[in-house]
Amino acid sequence: MKKLALIVAILCGAILIYATSEFPEWGDPNSPASLHVSPHYIKYSVEETEVPNIVTSVLADYRGFDTMFETTVIFCAGLTCFLLLRIFNEQGEEEGVYYRHLPTGVVIYFKRDDVDIRDEDFELIDSKFVPYDLIIKTVSRVLIPFIQLYALYVIAHGDFSPGGGFQGGVILGASIILLAITFNLKTAIAKISEKTLGILSALGVFIYAGIGCLCLLLKGHFLDYGKLAEILPVNPIKARALGMLGVEIGVGIAVMAVMIIIYINIASEGKHHEGL
Amino acid sequence: MEGLLREIVGKYNYWLYIVLMMIGLYAMIAKNNLIKKLVGMNIFQTAIILFYISMGYKKGGTLPIIELPPHHHEIPPDAIDISKYINPLPHVLMLTAIVVSVATFGVALAIALKIYKEYNTLEEDEIRMRIRER
Repeated sequence: MKKLALIVAILCGAILIYATSEFPEWGDPNSPASLHVSPHYIKYSVEETEVPNIVTSVLADYRGFDTMFETTVIFCAGLTCFLLLRIFNEQGEEEGVYYRHLPTGVVIYFKRDDVDIRDEDFELIDSKFVPYDLIIKTVSRVLIPFIQLYALYVIAHGDFSPGGGFQGGVILGASIILLAITFNLKTAIAKISEKTLGILSALGVFIYAGIGCLCLLLKGHFLDYGKLAEILPVNPIKARALGMLGVEIGVGIAVMAVMIIIYINIASEGKHHEGL
Repeated sequence: MEGLLREIVGKYNYWLYIVLMMIGLYAMIAKNNLIKKLVGMNIFQTAIILFYISMGYKKGGTLPIIELPPHHHEIPPDAIDISKYINPLPHVLMLTAIVVSVATFGVALAIALKIYKEYNTLEEDEIRMRIRER
């Protein structure tokens, strides 16, 4: 089997390398990929949409349909993870919770699941041995707000600098995942509950499709942001930039929620009891 | 000799991605462990992403964000030099592809977890054996 696979891989590679003799050279400005639509995007992006970051204008405006369904794919992936893995605790299957008393280091085990101690001296821990680590907790506590601030900047400033909904959403999701790793899965779920995440992931797709439908209601085409000028106090070209910003916010929300859903479901095997 | 050198300098990026892609393909076919197969799939995806990005590159080009003149929000289309900016289209396609690949990888891991719960193993031949035993 392994030899067969090696032969297949080498043969495939040889054919592909043979095919590269027809390819344009690396960095050739006149390569076919750069001759059809891309000159139009580069030349007219600012004039048609007032967005200097061409990647954003192509992503959200020229190829808006594509991005909408990519967002839907991500939403579906989050939904699939939830449906495949989520296990709701049946009665009589309580696993108990562990708390550590910080000044003494004594670990207390409660047989019931619904124990909730909110005291600075007590810390919720996983059943596997977790040493108390002040450095990691302090650093992540300081870092997480800045990571989130940076994520919001990346989403909001995606029109003018590298960034956008996908990147910002992933950074925002990563900040919550960092919280879940450094503290506890339950701490992260207490900050942003499963129900909120489900609603947010759907809301992101809804914002995107909703802006598209709003353009339909204003007698334009689907996702034709120029028509938003009728309800926004700007000219149609600036309205395109604002429509893109709205769409990017929707994408960011959906991506953030789905990343967290995937993490918490996979890390806890669907129980939402303990993480990694 | 000079023609060969020119060929190598002009095309070596494609060859690297093809090698990477074939490593991924080999892992997907030959490896027995499902997680290793998934890693192979991810390597394959990465190779395709790199391939697209390198297709959009232009020599001497910078990233596709139009430099506006100071204190202006507009620039006439004729003032923009196309060869100065790299092709934005592959970047757009791969931007979404990266996030979608992460999401689909999550689904794949979820399915692998389910398989592990059912058969208590992630080795392909053992799974096949257990299915036959039933």
